[in-house]
Amino acid sequence: MEALISIVIAVLTGCGIYLALRGRTFPVILGLTLLSYAVNLFIFVMGRLQSGVPAVISSRDQYTDPIPQALVLTAIVIGFAMTAFMLVLALRARSELGNDHIDGKNTREETPR
Amino acid sequence: MSHLVIAPILLPLITGLILLLMPERHRMRTHLLSMFSVFALMVISVLLIIKAGRGEFVVYALGNWAPPFGIVLVLDRLSAIMMLLSSTLAFFSLLYTTDEKAPQVSPHFHSLAHFLLTGVNGAFLTGDLFNLFVFFEILLLSSYALLMQAGSARRAKAGLHYVILNVTGSAIFLIAIATLYGLTGTLNMADLAVKVAAADADTAPFIGIAALLLFIVFGLKAAIFPLYFWLPAAYSSAHGPVAALFAIMTKVGVYAIIRVYTLIFGNDAGELSNILLPWLWPLAFITLILGAIGALGARELRVQISWLVIVSVGTLLTGVALNSETALSATIFYLLHSTWICAALFLLTDLIIRQRGDAEDRITSAPEMRQSLLLGGLFFVAAISVIGMPPLSGFVGKALILQAATGPQTPWIWAGILLGGLAVLTALSRSGSTIFWRMENHVVTAPAADIWSVIAILGLILFSFGLMIFGNQVIAYTNALAEQVLHPQPYIQAVLGHIPVKGN
Repeated sequence: MEALISIVIAVLTGCGIYLALRGRTFPVILGLTLLSYAVNLFIFVMGRLQSGVPAVISSRDQYTDPIPQALVLTAIVIGFAMTAFMLVLALRARSELGNDHIDGKNTREETPR
Repeated sequence: MSHLVIAPILLPLITGLILLLMPERHRMRTHLLSMFSVFALMVISVLLIIKAGRGEFVVYALGNWAPPFGIVLVLDRLSAIMMLLSSTLAFFSLLYTTDEKAPQVSPHFHSLAHFLLTGVNGAFLTGDLFNLFVFFEILLLSSYALLMQAGSARRAKAGLHYVILNVTGSAIFLIAIATLYGLTGTLNMADLAVKVAAADADTAPFIGIAALLLFIVFGLKAAIFPLYFWLPAAYSSAHGPVAALFAIMTKVGVYAIIRVYTLIFGNDAGELSNILLPWLWPLAFITLILGAIGALGARELRVQISWLVIVSVGTLLTGVALNSETALSATIFYLLHSTWICAALFLLTDLIIRQRGDAEDRITSAPEMRQSLLLGGLFFVAAISVIGMPPLSGFVGKALILQAATGPQTPWIWAGILLGGLAVLTALSRSGSTIFWRMENHVVTAPAADIWSVIAILGLILFSFGLMIFGNQVIAYTNALAEQVLHPQPYIQAVLGHIPVKGN
C-alpha cells in the first residue's frame, strides 16, 4: 500500500507541476488543482497508513491519527476557495486582456476565428 | 486568563462581517464604523504592548485545550509590537480613504481591509504552525480581492501572477507542515522546538528539508531574492491605500522567518541549530542590491517605491542573519520605520497621480501640480527618511544595523547597506527632481487634496519623527524583545506549562 500511494502522489505532483508550467491559464489552474490533491494525500499519509481501524478513540485500542484528517479537511476547504477564486480571476483576465495567455499576450499570432 | 489577547483577531473579523452587510448607500456610516473599529484595535494593541512589555507571556488556549494538543495564541513582545504596527498602518490607510473624491474605494474595500487585518494579526499571534498557514491564507485571500478591485488590464495580469505564485507557495507550505508533523508528531511551535532539538541523526536531515521548504514559503511572502518578481508588478498596480496596507505583508514574511528560525531552528536546536543562517545573509545581500538597482531603473514612481520595499526586506534580513541581540533589536526598529514610511510614500504617490493628469506617476516632465509645494515637501521628508539620511528614523535604524555587524560578513553588510542607500538616494533624487521641478507651464484642473488624506500621510511621517525622538524608549523595548526572542526557553516553558482553566 505504501508503494502504491507514493506512486499516486508522485504522478499527481509530476502532472501538476508540468501543467502549472504551461502558458495558458486553464492548464495552469488544472495543474495547481492536481498539485493540491497531491499535497492533501501527502498530509493524509503523514498520519501513517493503517487499514480497518477507526479514526476516533474508541473501545478498540488501535486508532488512526485524527490530526492529519483535521488538517486535510481544512486544507481541502481552503484549496477549493483558492481554486474558485483563481478560475474567476482567469475569466476576468481573459476578458480584460483579450486572450488566455498567462502573460497577457499571445506568443505567436493566432488567426481569430 | 485574559480574553484581550484574542481581540485583535475577533474585532476585525466581526467588523468585517458587519461592514459586508451594510448597504452601499450608507457610505459615511460604513466609513465611521470602520475607522472606529481600527481605532479600537490601536488602543487594544497599546494595551497588549503594555502587558507584553513586562516580559510575561500570555498564552491563550482556544477551547481550553492544554498545549501541545490544542490551538494556542501566544503574546510576547515581538507579536505585540507587530500588532501595533499593523493597526496603526491600517488606521492611516483607512483614514486616507475619507476623501470623498478618491475614486478608488470600492464598496467592499473596508470589509476586505478588516479581513486582511484578521489574517495579519492572527499570523502574529498564533503559536501553531498550521494556524500560521490558515491565517496566511486569510490574509492572502483578502489581499487578492483588494488588489483586484476596480480591475484593469494591468491589474488583472499582475493579480493572476500574484495569485498563482501564492497558491503554489501554499502547496509547499502544506508539504513542509505535513513533513514536520509526520516526523515529530506535533505542530505546536513550542513543542516542535523541544522535539526538533531532540531529533536523532536519522530524522534530522528530513526535518532540515522541511525547515528549508518553510523558508521558500516565507521568502516568497517576504519577497527575497529569487522570489520577488511578483512584487513590483503587484504593488505598483494596486491603488494607493491598498498598496499602503500591503506594506505590512512582506513584513509578515519577515516576522515568520524571525519566529520560526529563532524558536524552532534557533541556537538550541541541536543538530539543526541555525540551519538557515548560511543561506540567509547572501540572499539578503543580493535582495538588497537588486532592489536598489530596480529602484534606479524604475520609470514610474509607484514601481520605484515597490522596489524600495524590496530594499527594506533585504536590509531587514541582513539584520536577522547576524543572529545577535543588538542586530535583531536594530532590525525590529528598522522594520517599524520602513513599514510606516513606505506606506506614506504609497499614499503620497496616489495624491501625486491625481494631480498630474495624464502623466500619472511617470518620471517625466508634466503639467504643474496644483499643490506641488505641499506634496513636494512631504515627498522630501519621506525620501530623506527612507534613504536613511540623518536625522530621521531611517538613519538611526541603518546606523544600528551597521553597528551590530560583526564577523566575516561585516564588510559585505557595510558595503551592501551603504551602496544600497546611495543607489536609493540617486533614484529618489532623480524621480523627485523630475516630478516636482521639471514642470510644464499649464496647471491640471485637479481638485486639491483632501485634508484627511494629507493628515493620513503626515501621521505616518510623524511616526518616523517619533521613532527618532523617542528612540531611547523604542530601543529599550526592542532590546528586551531581542533578548526574549533569542532565548526561547521561557517561551517554550510558558506554552508547554500552560494549565487549562478550571471550569465551574
